[in-house]
Amino acid sequence: MKNLARRPETGAIAAFVLTYLFFVLATPGTGFVSINGTAGWLNLAAELGIVAIPVGLLMISGEFDLSIGSTVGAASMILALGTNQFGAPTWPMIGLALAAGCLIGLANGLAVVKTKLPSFIVTLATNFIVIGATMGISRLIANVTSSSIFASDSAKLAFATRLGQANISILWWALVAYIGYRVLSKTGFGNWIYATGGNEDAARAAGVPVERVKTLLFVATGFCAALVGILQGIQWNSGNSTYGMGYVFQAPIVVVIGGVLLTGGYGSVIGIVFGTALFGVISSGIFYTGWNTDWIQLFLGLLLAVAVLANNYVRRLALTAQ
Amino acid sequence: MTSALMELRNIDKFFGSTKALRNVSMSVQPGKILCLLGDNGAGKSTLIKVLSGYHQPTNGQLFFEGGETRFSGPREARQRGIATVHQNVGSIPLMSVGRNFFLGAEPTKGPRFFRSIDTQKANAIAVEQMQKFGLTRVTNGEQLVGTMSGGERQVLAIGRAMYFGAKMLILDEPTSALGVKEASIVLKMMRIARKNGAGIVFITHNARHAMSVGDDFCVLIQGEVAARFKRNEKSREEVLNLMAGGEDMTELEDDLEQID
Repeated sequence: MKNLARRPETGAIAAFVLTYLFFVLATPGTGFVSINGTAGWLNLAAELGIVAIPVGLLMISGEFDLSIGSTVGAASMILALGTNQFGAPTWPMIGLALAAGCLIGLANGLAVVKTKLPSFIVTLATNFIVIGATMGISRLIANVTSSSIFASDSAKLAFATRLGQANISILWWALVAYIGYRVLSKTGFGNWIYATGGNEDAARAAGVPVERVKTLLFVATGFCAALVGILQGIQWNSGNSTYGMGYVFQAPIVVVIGGVLLTGGYGSVIGIVFGTALFGVISSGIFYTGWNTDWIQLFLGLLLAVAVLANNYVRRLALTAQ
Repeated sequence: MTSALMELRNIDKFFGSTKALRNVSMSVQPGKILCLLGDNGAGKSTLIKVLSGYHQPTNGQLFFEGGETRFSGPREARQRGIATVHQNVGSIPLMSVGRNFFLGAEPTKGPRFFRSIDTQKANAIAVEQMQKFGLTRVTNGEQLVGTMSGGERQVLAIGRAMYFGAKMLILDEPTSALGVKEASIVLKMMRIARKNGAGIVFITHNARHAMSVGDDFCVLIQGEVAARFKRNEKSREEVLNLMAGGEDMTELEDDLEQID
């Protein structure tokens, strides 16, 4: 029992189960538990989940990334301008959008590693730089900051398929989560991520390439943010510089709710997945209760506060003698 | 002399006009514990950094395994079997014993792309190694290192270095932050490592700990070797007096009593 409480994801799973049960009981006969209702909250969680996984790994390694929001928007605009203004084929533009995401991540990573400044402020700056550049360049090219996307059928199949109410984003989320889980829990690189966030000097002394670990995680974060931009752009048939701004704080919030320590070195992908699912359940469940959706923010804020306290407790528990 | 693992001959290390080390000569023998004694500021830290390849000596020669050597950096020294264990650095509290032990050299199993860390193997070897060095309390490789005592963490770090083929151990104040019982665990481990043939440099300012395990002794004062002797050649009082820079510690203690 005590060993279970020590695990980073226990709190998130418990909170998820309790919240889910709460909405089940509070919304009888409204279809919250139906397949469509389930697809609804999974849809809400999926795209956030795709960025939350790499952001979580990055936070375990001890760094932040607040530039994800603008990367989502930039990727969608690259796809929009490419397929609309320039009439370029879809897949190469998807490749370009993903490459841009990686490049933004690389810039973040190198800036953080070389300057040793807090990544919180470095990536906050990047966030504004990227959204500003996206808007400015879009205006120069087409005098717009949002634009239609003309995606090929194969791209629509890969990024915008719907099965009933369920979005294909859910599958992408599952894929990213699986890769994240494998990397963090099963590979030597995952061990390095924990070590980098747990005690950077000790990790370096043991031969862990700390700088490379961080930079690679920034690149992965940029890549996943661009993937979300592509998913949203193709689903909604348009690109917009401001897509994804909501993720800037939602992603770290669900990561912390998922049991990742703000100080780094502790956390799990399973926890992050449940933290994100919890977000989906709350955001969707509120609709079924018929309450004003303004309450979502309150819920999230409270949950975050409780999670931070609980994580601190779990950390202390983990460090007490067995 | 040729059997020495490492030998320093007339080493100087200057930082600008500061003379951190002057004309230091000493040798580390395999299967022996060399105690490096000295008060704060005596040059112990600089000497450790020269031994571990972090600093290049300004003048003088360094021999390792019989040949004159200049280490390009700590990485090369480590690759050649020189392991440095610092007082606090070296373990990650929120990671398991097994994961800590194999950090940077994780054993894997399984086919390509599905290769994963062999946690069972890592845990088993880590626990086995620690037990070999006299630590019987740790039996589960999944235990988080943060739950272990300071002495146990030192044992983990030293056991790890030995397992990965260290020939020479540089232990920087391994006992000074520990209680009596914890320190004895570490001292016991040093004896086992010595029996396994490691050459050990034990840096300390605790004369009692040094006297209990040391074979050779070297006292540093203001960057110079003030005394060099072997086990049982000097009493603890003499050693303490040497470390204090030749002043009579008993006199100092008398002075202290007068203040009261």
